[in-house]
Amino acid sequence: MNAALLYALAGVGLFSLGLYALIVYTHLLRKILALNVMGNGVFMVLVALARRGGTSQPDAVPHAMVITGIVVAVSATALALTLMVRVAGATGRAELDDDQRESS
Amino acid sequence: METVTLLEWLFDGLLALGLLWLAWRALTCSDLIKAIVLFITFGLLMALAWVRLDAPDVALAEAAIGAGITGALLLAALARLRASETSGQGAGHGERKGGTLRCPRWLSMVVVLPVAAGLGSVVWSLPPDTGGLREQVAANLETSGASNPVTAVLLNFRGYDTLLEMIVLLLALLGSWSFGGAVVRHEVEPGGILDTLARFLTPLLILVAAYLLWSGAHAPGGAFQAGAVLGAAGVLLLLAGWRHRTGRVTLPVRLALVVGAGAFAAMAALLFVVEGQLLKYPPTQAGILILILEIAATVSIGITLTALFLGGKPRKEKESQ
Repeated sequence: MNAALLYALAGVGLFSLGLYALIVYTHLLRKILALNVMGNGVFMVLVALARRGGTSQPDAVPHAMVITGIVVAVSATALALTLMVRVAGATGRAELDDDQRESS
Repeated sequence: METVTLLEWLFDGLLALGLLWLAWRALTCSDLIKAIVLFITFGLLMALAWVRLDAPDVALAEAAIGAGITGALLLAALARLRASETSGQGAGHGERKGGTLRCPRWLSMVVVLPVAAGLGSVVWSLPPDTGGLREQVAANLETSGASNPVTAVLLNFRGYDTLLEMIVLLLALLGSWSFGGAVVRHEVEPGGILDTLARFLTPLLILVAAYLLWSGAHAPGGAFQAGAVLGAAGVLLLLAGWRHRTGRVTLPVRLALVVGAGAFAAMAALLFVVEGQLLKYPPTQAGILILILEIAATVSIGITLTALFLGGKPRKEKESQ
């Protein structure tokens, strides 16, 4: 086991934490945070795997993919946040939950 | 030597645990503002982890975007959410902080734990050393027009990724704009400190962006990092109360928004005609062509991130009524 593997496993942990929070919590802002944590977990696995073998020069292709991914993630987050504010404006709450039908 | 490795292990272990703990706290703590601040801290620690993984380019992007712009976007959206909730529309419902689904948590665990175990075992059993694309990148670096391998991959070897990414950014902005406008007004007068800070920091940030852009050819940096820093300067200006006088999206702004995607598409079409292949640069001109694309991409990324911060298409207050 080397440091790269440690970080790759931490990335798996982040992905799983995010997935759990995405399912369990109903507030949309928290779901967006959860998606971002999941994305960061994926990025971490990618970058950690680029450094496997411990050679001096890590693989640049996953690095470039992660940089692309970070910019895509921030634009997707901005779009999701706009949608969340619109949902809150239309329904009065920024949540998706089971009892929405009963309460309205 | 032995103690250094031990220290490094200790540091890596603490960093990994700290990341997991911060993510957990950010996702579970009941106060949303606290959750966002924890998430920003999480982004900063991620940048540290990228440095530990020998990925300084990713660290720069993460520090500027993951920790900076995303945090600003989240806080601005939360403020808008609170405003819409107190404006009367949402009265009666109220917000149940940190509400959870009725389905029992063990059921979610049944879904998540096998996924985690499966992913973990796959990562664990991967072959320890594969060269990846290291050799191919190193072999073609000479003719790519950039000596920083990450920039070479982003702008040359996988240039179509970046072309599509510029379009994704534009689409996200158009999507955000199509959900109605954000009223442009001077909500609060900025305090003296913020005002002065913005005046000093904005030129500095523009200078930093130009430096990152220029150095990206041979050192960590590049269009994305520069664009993110430019976006941060824009957000700072907006926070300090700066608004465009007309409150409309003027033609220069529209041009700046599309110049990245436009330049990429035009370059791709031109090179397709001249070289017979999408984004295949002639080796002698690759450096200058990449620089042109990077400048266009930086401007577009910076302006788009700033526009996304507004949360909608800017319009005058009158028009909303």
